[in-house]
Amino acid sequence: MNPKRRKILFTALFIVLGTGTAVGLVLMAFQQNLLYFYSPMQVKNGEAPTSRNFRIGGLVINGSVKRDQQSLAVEFDLTDTVENITVTYAGILPDLFREGQGIIANGRLNQNGIFEADEVLAKHDENYMPPEVADAIKKAGGTIPSNHLKEQQP
Amino acid sequence: MLGPTIDKYAAPKNAYSLAFTLTPWFAWISILLFIGGIYGGLVYAPPDYDQGESFRIIYVHVPAAWMSMFVYVVMAIAGACGLIWKVKLMDAVARSCAPLGASFTLLALVTGSIWGKPMWGTWWVWDARLTSELILLFLYLGYMALQSSIDDRRTAARAGAILALVGVVNIPIIHFSVEWWNTLHQGPTVTKLDTPSIHVTMLIPLLIMSIAYTTFFITMLMVRLRAEILDQERNTTWVRDLVLGGTDK
Repeated sequence: MNPKRRKILFTALFIVLGTGTAVGLVLMAFQQNLLYFYSPMQVKNGEAPTSRNFRIGGLVINGSVKRDQQSLAVEFDLTDTVENITVTYAGILPDLFREGQGIIANGRLNQNGIFEADEVLAKHDENYMPPEVADAIKKAGGTIPSNHLKEQQP
Repeated sequence: MLGPTIDKYAAPKNAYSLAFTLTPWFAWISILLFIGGIYGGLVYAPPDYDQGESFRIIYVHVPAAWMSMFVYVVMAIAGACGLIWKVKLMDAVARSCAPLGASFTLLALVTGSIWGKPMWGTWWVWDARLTSELILLFLYLGYMALQSSIDDRRTAARAGAILALVGVVNIPIIHFSVEWWNTLHQGPTVTKLDTPSIHVTMLIPLLIMSIAYTTFFITMLMVRLRAEILDQERNTTWVRDLVLGGTDK
């Protein structure tokens, strides 16, 4: 390889590594801002903002969903398997909303530590399987492995 | 042995005729794979336990998203080869990749949005995965705008290659965004160092569709590359002979 080409090669490598490092450092600096949602544990630890809206994500606890018979108001508990937060919401829930499902709610915390949501989004997991397989797993007493909450562990 | 062979096909005329010969082969393989993949995805694969029939959009969305990143890497590598070794053919490959990659990116974004509305309850959110994929679309569009705004081919190819190399940083960000940050988009199903979290009856059509997309990309790359070569070599005698002679070889 002649010196001129080698020089261009190193320049190209420098561009890739340089931008890689720079962007990596920027992303690390903005780590908190890039979190799409906070987990109940992070909220309990006071990591979530109190003065503005933020998103909270977790699993809907089985048996915790309480629907108001007269309106669309609904109340449920959200967990990351470590801490629980009660969420209230009035509106139409997505099709995938159900007990045990991962969801993300946007709203703010009130004085009583209850999360008042303006919007509820369902988060589905990365598992795809026929219903019979899912039933068989549940019947055998197993759980469907998911990394829903993987990132939220300390 | 390999050196002379590469040199031979790096010559525009030979590359043109090679692309010409290979195009119908890749086109037919792609068509057959698409028929098999679409049948597999819509009929053979069972409905999902959680999402029912709606999950079938995965067979359009996921291969498009994979291709959007794969094509970018091809474009950046071709651009770098053109930049370092001054192979004009590689410049033409990089230039041919951009609109194809942009189309795959747009398809991934649109199908993702259509999937997101019924499942998540929203067309669009600014989470890390969706945002980085949108940035990829802007990178492609920026590359194409840059190419068309510089008249001199060499300068355009060099500027484009540098832009493509700078943008490469976005590719690992897209891939790992769902692992590094909390996102609404779920984690990887297939591309991880673990057994895929998808049942084998659903995985097979997905893999067939991915190969179908790849061969479709190669077919379209050949077609575009031939046009690029003709344009690039328009002042040479072989192109003049080809065009005036009316023969296709």
